[in-house]
Amino acid sequence: MPRRESQQTADCCRTASGTGAEIDEVVHLQVPVADKSELAALRTGQRVLLTGVIYTARDAAHRRMVETILAGGDPPIPLENSLIYYAGPCPAPPGRVIGSIGPTTACRMDSYAPLLIDRGLGGMIGKGTRSKEVIDAMIENGCVYFAALGGAGALLSRRVVSAEIVAYGDLGTEAIRRLEVKDFPVIVAIDTEGNNIYERR
Amino acid sequence: MVEIHTDEVIREIRRMCIEANTTLPRDVYDAIARSAGEEENPTAAEVLKQLVENADIAREEQIPICQDTGMAVLFVELGQGCRIVGGGLTDAINEGVRQGYGDGYLRKSVVGDPLERVNTGDNTPAIIYYDVVEGEGLVIHFSPKGFGSENMSKVKMLTPAEGVEGVKRFVVEVVREAGPNPCPPLVVGVGIGGTMDKAAVLAKKALLRPLDEPNPVPAVALLEEQLLSLINNLDVGPLGFGGRTTALGVKVETFPTHIAGLPVAVNVSCHVTRHLTTRLGR
Repeated sequence: MPRRESQQTADCCRTASGTGAEIDEVVHLQVPVADKSELAALRTGQRVLLTGVIYTARDAAHRRMVETILAGGDPPIPLENSLIYYAGPCPAPPGRVIGSIGPTTACRMDSYAPLLIDRGLGGMIGKGTRSKEVIDAMIENGCVYFAALGGAGALLSRRVVSAEIVAYGDLGTEAIRRLEVKDFPVIVAIDTEGNNIYERR
Repeated sequence: MVEIHTDEVIREIRRMCIEANTTLPRDVYDAIARSAGEEENPTAAEVLKQLVENADIAREEQIPICQDTGMAVLFVELGQGCRIVGGGLTDAINEGVRQGYGDGYLRKSVVGDPLERVNTGDNTPAIIYYDVVEGEGLVIHFSPKGFGSENMSKVKMLTPAEGVEGVKRFVVEVVREAGPNPCPPLVVGVGIGGTMDKAAVLAKKALLRPLDEPNPVPAVALLEEQLLSLINNLDVGPLGFGGRTTALGVKVETFPTHIAGLPVAVNVSCHVTRHLTTRLGR
């Protein structure tokens, strides 16, 4: 289960709407989660530190994955409970495991995401708004959308412990990478009930 | 006649690619830091502090501020009194970009054909706008442009009757619709007048102007101020989580236009708005 601790700094989550208590806490989450109930416990606006394994995939990789699935094939990564990080990193300079790696705009993956969510995807990490179709699929399947700090690729690269290309290496920065992360900071942007951090007005 | 060798151009472009992507310009850095102190929304203040920290890490460790190191956009002012020797100027600029993005471990984000979408592998070709000017210098403005914000940009052909109020409505609407997607706080470039394409280029060029430099024409400077105020009342806030700091600045450039038209372009840029200028020759 997620481990909780009280937050030291100013609470970062007051803007969240439709959420209850526990918003001033930072949640430590081991990923991929063993069970989706751990995701259901998360609330929009909560700050979460992810530790474990996540996969990068953006536009081109999504297109290929979805084409493969629709043709009856298996995607190159396990989807069940997995987290996909919408990101394409800079090359790793000597002595580093990866270059800058912040989130890309999530809505470009909206046309692909519902199929992956239906196939068991646990969560997505990106930035910005999602479509109604994606949110409906999330609610139906208990999937979470996290926002990472957009444009802060240098800071976020420090939380990546290892990186390895696992599929579509010809796509360069758009290849699917298996990342091992430690205390990777995100905010719950849309929880499993569909509460949305970007809907305040 | 002053001669400028393409080797010098290549060297300078290579340097600018790396420097612009690792060191946030002082005007943008200061504006974010100042906003962090002024924000009353605690989430917004926290996010802004993290953006400052991110810029510090990038500068100190010489890694890109943002992984989207952009398409290389250049505005080149070629003095009539200088002569480029050693090869083609456009080739030299692209070679500089190739070397900068390779040697600097910057991301290669360019696909060769927009429909086939195969990565060119070296971030070329660059987007280059040439201007022939008086003098014996070669001035190069470099501004790598990320597409999270570029994708949120728009052009609209207003009617003259819509006037300045129509311009304001359109600019604010573009920023409102963009919401969290282009990584606010933004720098908003606005081009008014000319033709459809001219307005778009003006909007891009406006992003080169430092944040602490208003448009020299008082009426346009006033419009910049008014637009900034309207945008910062939208409550989009840093990264879209709410707050006053939706934009760090609005930069407007204008140009004469046709009696029948009022083209307006909005080029949205993120909190990692990068710009560098160099001068070769005299």
